[in-house]
Order: sequence, then structure tokens, then C-alpha cells
Amino acid sequence: MSDNPVFERIKQEVTDNEVVLYMKGTPVFPQCGFSAAVVQILTEVGVKFKGVDVLMDPSLRDSIKQYSDWPTIPQLYVKGEFTGGCDIIREMYEAGELQQLLTEKGVEKVSS
Amino acid sequence: MSVQDQIRSKLERAFAPVELNIIDESADHAGHVGAREEGETHFRVEIVSAAFTGKNRLQRQRDIYASLKEELEGPVHALSIQARSPDDA
Repeated sequence: MSDNPVFERIKQEVTDNEVVLYMKGTPVFPQCGFSAAVVQILTEVGVKFKGVDVLMDPSLRDSIKQYSDWPTIPQLYVKGEFTGGCDIIREMYEAGELQQLLTEKGVEKVSS
Repeated sequence: MSVQDQIRSKLERAFAPVELNIIDESADHAGHVGAREEGETHFRVEIVSAAFTGKNRLQRQRDIYASLKEELEGPVHALSIQARSPDDA
């Protein structure tokens, strides 16, 4: 499992970017309601994030599920750590825990 | 057995929930990618079980995914989960 070459790419991506969302479609044109919901929350919270469209790359779509041992998309990574899918991000947001986590981890906000 | 009944029986066996609601939301997604003509592709699960006490959100959802592995690899395209412990409230 660790010999999957795509894991290196994922690791690099979630290390180089503070917040990464693996999603279906793009932040501007999400292709799935669950991905769209997380984009909306991240926008609401005002955090900078990189959206990666797994539909553009079947090997990434499979590998990201193995990387996190999580069977569904979207997947949110904060400072290299898998944080959750749509349900978890939504629950965390509603409880104020997502905002707290981002602040604690010192994640850069969108400048307004 | 319907997919919904299958999900119910597996969750009951795995978690002995004190509360379990399985809502079929497939109709909301008819004609959308992953939807099948016969339905039963999109579900929402609300579950309360003592098995989740002391576990965080990721662990709870991982446990549920593990118990429904077959369904997720098969007919179920989307599964929305709200997992609570009786102690949460």
C-alpha cells in the first residue's frame, strides 16, 4: 500500500498547502452536492484552500481513499492531517469547532 | 431484501443502537450521476449507540463505513451519517 506512487504526490500536496479539499469538480463548478457543501463552508469561514478535482484523475480518486482509509469524497486536509468528509465538516462548522481548529493551527485566512 | 433493510440489519448487529433512522433520499438525486433507476442509492443514517461513547467523529464514521463496506462498494452511491452516543446530548 505504501508503495503507491500517488501517495507521494498527495503527501506533497497536503504539506505544501495548508488546507486541501479533494472534491468532485472544482470550487467554482462542484460536480456533487457534498463537495459543494464543503466549498460553501470553507468560503463562509474565509479560509484559503486548494480544491483538487478527483474526477480529472481516476488514480488519484482511488488513491486518496486508500491514503486516508476513508471511502468517500470529499475529503478535507488541514496542515497535512485528514480532518473529515462532508458530514464531519458540517458538524464541526455548526459546533464552531472547525473555526477553532483553523485558528489553533494558525491557518491563513482570505484577506478581505 | 432491500438495500435499506440490509443497512438496517447490519447496523443493528454491529452497534445495537438505541435509535436508528435510515432515510432513503434517492428520489432527490434521480437522474443524477450514481443514481440507478431502481433507486436505493442515496441514504442518510441517524444512529445513536453506546458503541460510539468515547470515540471521535472520524472513528465513529469509520466504524460505520466498515460495517457497510459491501453496500458502499455496491449499490450505495452516497451515505450521509450522523452518529451520536447517548452521552452526547
